[in-house]
Amino acid sequence: MEKLLVCIQCPQGCKLMVKTEGEEVLVAGNKCPRGASYARQELLNPCRTLTTTVRTEFPDFPLLPVRTAGEIPLGSLFAAMGEINRLLVRNRLRPGDVVLERVSGTDVPLIATADMTLN
Amino acid sequence: MSPAKWDVVVIGAGPGGLAASIAADKAGASVCLVEREARPGGILKQCIHDGFGLVRFGRKLTGPEYAFLDIEEVKGRGIKLFTETFLLDLDRSEEGFVLTLQNSEEAVFRLEAKALVAATGCRERTARQVFIHGQRPAGVYTAGTVQRLINISGYLPGKNCVILGSGDIGLIMARRLTLEGAKVLGVYEIKPEPSGLTRNIVQCLEDYNIPLHLSTTVTEVHGTERLEGVTVCRVDENMRPLPGSEEYVPCDTLVLSVGLIPENDILHPLGVEIDPRTGGPVVDQLLATSEAGLFSCGNALHVNDLVDYVSESGEIAGASAARHALGDYRPPRHVPILAKGEILYAVPQRLDVSLGGQGILYFRAARTLTDAALVISAGGRVLGEKKYKSLRPPEMERIVLDLSLVPAGEENIVLELRG
Ligand SMILES: Cc1cc2nc3c(=O)[nH]c(=O)nc-3n(C[C@H](O)[C@H](O)[C@H](O)COP(=O)(O)OP(=O)(O)OC[C@H]3O[C@@H](n4cnc5c(N)ncnc54)[C@H](O)[C@@H]3O)c2cc1C
Repeated sequence: MEKLLVCIQCPQGCKLMVKTEGEEVLVAGNKCPRGASYARQELLNPCRTLTTTVRTEFPDFPLLPVRTAGEIPLGSLFAAMGEINRLLVRNRLRPGDVVLERVSGTDVPLIATADMTLN
Repeated sequence: MSPAKWDVVVIGAGPGGLAASIAADKAGASVCLVEREARPGGILKQCIHDGFGLVRFGRKLTGPEYAFLDIEEVKGRGIKLFTETFLLDLDRSEEGFVLTLQNSEEAVFRLEAKALVAATGCRERTARQVFIHGQRPAGVYTAGTVQRLINISGYLPGKNCVILGSGDIGLIMARRLTLEGAKVLGVYEIKPEPSGLTRNIVQCLEDYNIPLHLSTTVTEVHGTERLEGVTVCRVDENMRPLPGSEEYVPCDTLVLSVGLIPENDILHPLGVEIDPRTGGPVVDQLLATSEAGLFSCGNALHVNDLVDYVSESGEIAGASAARHALGDYRPPRHVPILAKGEILYAVPQRLDVSLGGQGILYFRAARTLTDAALVISAGGRVLGEKKYKSLRPPEMERIVLDLSLVPAGEENIVLELRG
């Protein structure tokens, strides 16, 4: 397996080359260790943080912005969206509060990112 | 009733204004924030995606999370925040400025300020500001409007979308529309290279197989009541449409991501000097405008790609405003910065050389460059130098200049970028 990538860990955007040689994964073009682990991950199991919104009961704050507390597999984003779009928030949450314990079969929680108590 | 008096009034409670108010408070000035919306946070309220704060906080935050950190500090410091408050009039007074404001609590009221920070952000270019023919059917939106509709109000503006312009907000909205179930047919960019950050090309388009068409633009919109389709057309190297390359793309939504313009309408009555290249006021390293006591920061000063630098400019403007209000005012001695070579623009546009310390300079390259060199000089003497492996116009660069190096009596400072 072989892939050409642009690193997205920081705005520098290093051009990475990643390939497998037997058991080993080789990375070239990275200026820092974060680039190497990113390239390895992108080849074997690309993951993303999902950011979206959840409906709430409150007319003055109809949508609560949320994100997954960690990354989840890229391939599971649409399943996660389906699940998240069925949720309804009934309490005024603050950043970091858990909205859903596990997002679509992962062990990653969904957390609030905005302060609903603010007015 | 005589107007309440403040050392510093900050207009706009986005990240620039929040940082400015915190810095002014830290410097010992009495400070209040005036915001026209119901909640502080500015545009960050609708930027629910992550990628904010890597420079300032060393971690990836979403827009609301980034704003939350500053809002908590503003609250913790007991800084007065007027929300849903509109600025009706701004005028000079003996001691500084007088603001005429309106809100539901106090109706029309006035505030006096010894110094003012304008942190009013930017606005988006609209269809009328780009060259598109046809009627004005419903379904043509700016990317920021789409962002607000989806993320704040909860409406999906359409099902089949075309995005014009590859700026970051357009890319972010391509992903957002896709995740919410709309089909994004393509992103069309008139220039031969994308104008958004690489990270967004990868995570917003490639992840979802959304095609990016470079050197292509929208020339016509079709439909009377509702948008029915657009004509797209390839362009030559001078960005002129190539006859015969037209193609009809059926769609119900056209999203414009064609650039941002600093918002400084409120400053017009004061006759503040504006830099035509940035669209924001001409400033020095203290972010002081041509009007004594008036400071500018954030996207009102020039359009930033990273909010971290918006906050940085807010901190500088807030601290400078406090210093001005608390009486530490010396007449400046300004030396203009001449941007030469491949520089699109540079901020600040001049330096107050009566001060020592450091000056933070921001600049953008006029085009994509590899192995570029930036040289700062005065009277032929090199004050600073930096080499860049690659430079792209969308990515703003930041350098720090030691002002003690600036020789006395120089007529100007030259900032020169060579590719
Ligand atoms: C649609 C959009 C999306 C963006 N997405 C990103 C992104 O993904 N990442 C990124 O780093 N940057 C993004 N930016 C750039 C972003 O604007 C800056 O990073 C940052 O938010 C700018 O901060 P600011 O404080 O200068 O302006 P804003 O955040 O725009 O805040 C200005 C505030 O001033 C208030 N105001 C304006 N005029 C008045 C007035 N007359 N009286 C009272 N209040 C007033 C406004 O209501 C607003 O709250 C985006 C910009 C836009 C327009």
